[in-house]
Amino acid sequence: MSLHVAIRSKRFGETHILRDLVFQVAPGEVLAVLGPSGVGKSTLLRLIAGLDTDYVGQIRRTGRLAMVFQEPVLMPWRSARDNLRLTTGVSADQAEAALARVGLSGKGGLFPGQLSLGQQRRLSLARAYAARPDILLLDEPFVSLDPALVEDMLALTESVIAEQRPATVFVTHAQAEADRLATRQMKLQAPAQAVTAQGA
Amino acid sequence: MSLSEIRNITAGRGKGSPRPLPSWAVRALSLLALLVFWVALAWAKADPMVLPGPQIVLPRILSEAASGELWVHLGATLWRVVQAFAAAMSLGLLLGLVMGLSPTLNRWLDPWLVVFLNLPALVVIVLCFLWIGLNETAAIVAVAINKIPLVTAMMREGARALNGPLGDMAQVFNMSAYARLRHIVLPQLAPHLAATARAGLSLIWKIVLVVEFLGRGQGVGFKIHLHFQMFDVTMVMVYALSFVAVMLAIETLILQPLENRARRWRDA
Repeated sequence: MSLHVAIRSKRFGETHILRDLVFQVAPGEVLAVLGPSGVGKSTLLRLIAGLDTDYVGQIRRTGRLAMVFQEPVLMPWRSARDNLRLTTGVSADQAEAALARVGLSGKGGLFPGQLSLGQQRRLSLARAYAARPDILLLDEPFVSLDPALVEDMLALTESVIAEQRPATVFVTHAQAEADRLATRQMKLQAPAQAVTAQGA
Repeated sequence: MSLSEIRNITAGRGKGSPRPLPSWAVRALSLLALLVFWVALAWAKADPMVLPGPQIVLPRILSEAASGELWVHLGATLWRVVQAFAAAMSLGLLLGLVMGLSPTLNRWLDPWLVVFLNLPALVVIVLCFLWIGLNETAAIVAVAINKIPLVTAMMREGARALNGPLGDMAQVFNMSAYARLRHIVLPQLAPHLAATARAGLSLIWKIVLVVEFLGRGQGVGFKIHLHFQMFDVTMVMVYALSFVAVMLAIETLILQPLENRARRWRDA
């Protein structure tokens, strides 16, 4: 098993954000995490990623980690190619191959500011895939994209997950996206966590 | 005049407006204007003992350069500037980063910073000469101590403005500490570093001159002291202007190209 999550409590001040949340994700599985805004979906990803360690419980993960954030989060002063190389350690050729995979062939030398928002999102996806992660965290990666681009990105994500088989946690608002990608779904509900999980 | 005529005039102005001058030309013209201002002041004063004009100072610069004397003292001052600059920038950068990233350390160290920021340069120089001796180490340490607090304060502001999501990304992708510093932190600090380097160089060479004035046997400050005692205004200006020229060259040939390189991605 790649990812074990057993969170007893996560609070911001007096407010409980997450409580008694237990799940596991195996290689090749995609767990979609759904729920309204402010319910703690992104907080859950931050805990899994190790970006927030202030909680009660235990999270165990094995292997390499990669994450696609809500915003592309790219180094604007480094080329698209270097954004892949410097974060994942791949060679220049492998970076070009990853760029080609997301439809950014020949754009390796451009700075992120020279790419459209859609292209920046693809670059951010390419970075996660180039890392060949064992655990992949997706934090609403398709939000505020036009429908054609969402479809494009979903297809791409689907094929890469099928190929690399990481244990994936996919936070989203969109039920359709969850239905498309996820092998299991989990709904977080406010105020304090009634959790339902269902197999796909 | 009818409305349509006014429109025509406005459009005509837009088309015929001259293109702005390139920055090197503006720089050259600005320096030329300063030279003209100096000539005018010298002419108005009409006493070369008090304010010699460029026609007196420039030949003296050439003769000092030809004798080799000018280079010895410019070199000594420049070497002190380089050493003090390197020490102040590296230590100030480190302290500024630590204080900017750790609120706890910042709370403890901030009063120290305020004290050192407000310590007069002359006091530090005199104390260093008294404690360490009238030697090169004291000179460099005195200049560096004067400059470190300013670099620290400016770098602290830069560190406070570091982008959080980029730091998260670096952590998730497990980038090494060196890679984070080089590719995440320093590029964000580049504008602060450039501003600090520029302010630092101009401040440091002035302090180096005071140090040399008070306690060294070589350098521009030493020569200025010597000629000050003889009331030789021309030679004071020879050495001061020569070093200003050196600093102008460093700014134009080193600092500006470095800054342009660091901001290449913004202009792309």
